[in-house]
Amino acid sequence: MSEDGTKKLSRREVMRGSALAAGVATIAPIGARQATGSVTDRFEHSNHVVMEINGVDHQFDLESRVTLLDLLRERLHLTGTKKGCNRGECGACTVLLDGRRVNACLLLAASVNGRKVTTIEGLADGPRLHPVQRAFIEHDAFQCGFCTSGQVMSAVSCIAEGHTGTNAEIREWMSGNICRCAAYPQIAAAVEAAAKERI
Amino acid sequence: MRDFSYAQAKSRADAILLSGQPNTMVIAGGTEILNWMRIGIVDPPRLVDISRVPGIEGVEALPSGGVRIGALTKLNDVAQHQLVRKSYPVLSEAILKSASPQIRNLATVGGNPMQRVRCPYFRADEPTPCNKRSPGSGCAAFAGFNEKHAIFGWTKDCVAVHPADPPVALAALDAVYVTDDGHGGRRIPARSFNTLPSQDPAAHNVLRAGELIVGIEIEPAEATSAYLKVRERESYEYATVSAAVVIDLDGDVIRRVRIALGSVAMRPWRLSETERRLAGRKLKSDAIDSALDAGFADARPLSSNGYKIKLARNAAKRAIELAAGVT
Repeated sequence: MSEDGTKKLSRREVMRGSALAAGVATIAPIGARQATGSVTDRFEHSNHVVMEINGVDHQFDLESRVTLLDLLRERLHLTGTKKGCNRGECGACTVLLDGRRVNACLLLAASVNGRKVTTIEGLADGPRLHPVQRAFIEHDAFQCGFCTSGQVMSAVSCIAEGHTGTNAEIREWMSGNICRCAAYPQIAAAVEAAAKERI
Repeated sequence: MRDFSYAQAKSRADAILLSGQPNTMVIAGGTEILNWMRIGIVDPPRLVDISRVPGIEGVEALPSGGVRIGALTKLNDVAQHQLVRKSYPVLSEAILKSASPQIRNLATVGGNPMQRVRCPYFRADEPTPCNKRSPGSGCAAFAGFNEKHAIFGWTKDCVAVHPADPPVALAALDAVYVTDDGHGGRRIPARSFNTLPSQDPAAHNVLRAGELIVGIEIEPAEATSAYLKVRERESYEYATVSAAVVIDLDGDVIRRVRIALGSVAMRPWRLSETERRLAGRKLKSDAIDSALDAGFADARPLSSNGYKIKLARNAAKRAIELAAGVT
């Protein structure tokens, strides 16, 4: 792993789930601050952040403005998590934070300090796909595929939450993931099938 | 997003101390402020993260019979808490009809009323006249695109509506936002937390710098309630109009009803005159229509949103029937 986090990994390399060791991410130059001991000195431009991502412990020094989404994609090259709208509107960046689905674009990485993140790359058990991933393939639940990793992460959570009683309930609780190809019927069918498989 | 410096508050007192520093804004769930910063609505040099402050999360029963909800409780956790589902279905429904499951796992119930207007001129990437965005610049929506804008309480200086659902339910329940400012704080009624343009067209709410919402208190519910949200898409969409109704019935006679409308004004809009006229009246009587007409006497359309008056009136009527269990 390179020191500046800019090493280019191929998409396949990452998708194969090569465990990434903790990388020291880029630190922006910080202007000299006076150590006056005042309250405002508590505010930092660089933040030391530790988190467990897909079962691997990482630590970073990060600019305050780095979102969890940008950390995953730009620093760790975990590009399965997509940047769609970057405004919390499309759901393409859905990941699990301590097991709950959230939009990675709406979280500052610094605020996630000490917590566990699961991305689409962390879902499969070695070569064996997660039941939700298999169900999406079996039900042809995508066309272009851009929203799919977010849909899958959201579906994993939707099933764990128990919001899969009816097709209408699935559609309501999957509504935070927009599919521009409108594969919604197949997505709902895949979620329904995966929910049954897991019970 | 421009860079900023960041600190995590360790306690309530610490949060108030840090948030009171110059040029400092507060982040809790983060579902709004990060977008404001991306658009350029705000550009705070300092951000204080209060999301880890202990002691202001969770739902608890009060000795009085009501509930207290910690400000940092996530929206999904409020909506699915058994006390809320049982005693305040209007609040549970309003929350579950807002945003998306992912956003509701991040957004806090105390941050929710801090949401700012969705007026396209306020959220524009390029500068446009907007008194909330740039005080004194005027209101482009008044003579522009205003199909989704206010029918109550607007002035030519601002015609935007407050978009959030949960505060509409809280206003109907006469809930109170409990604040802390290091000097005892305040108890602010949910129905008057957000600021009408006649008070200040540039303002969003009455919260002051260094003052934080720490909890929400709701009186005991002796009543049934319901939330009706009318929108262009069935899920994950802001309301065109919404109606929250809390009703106390004696057979088919209304003892007391409380009605708040959403997305019709810069704050949840209580139909006080309608409420007054309906006390002691029977359900399914002409009294409901005439009481609603009285409540809508001061509704005023803009150039493109006359339809919202009829829509809101009918939504209120349907919400009364829903809350009362009339089929």
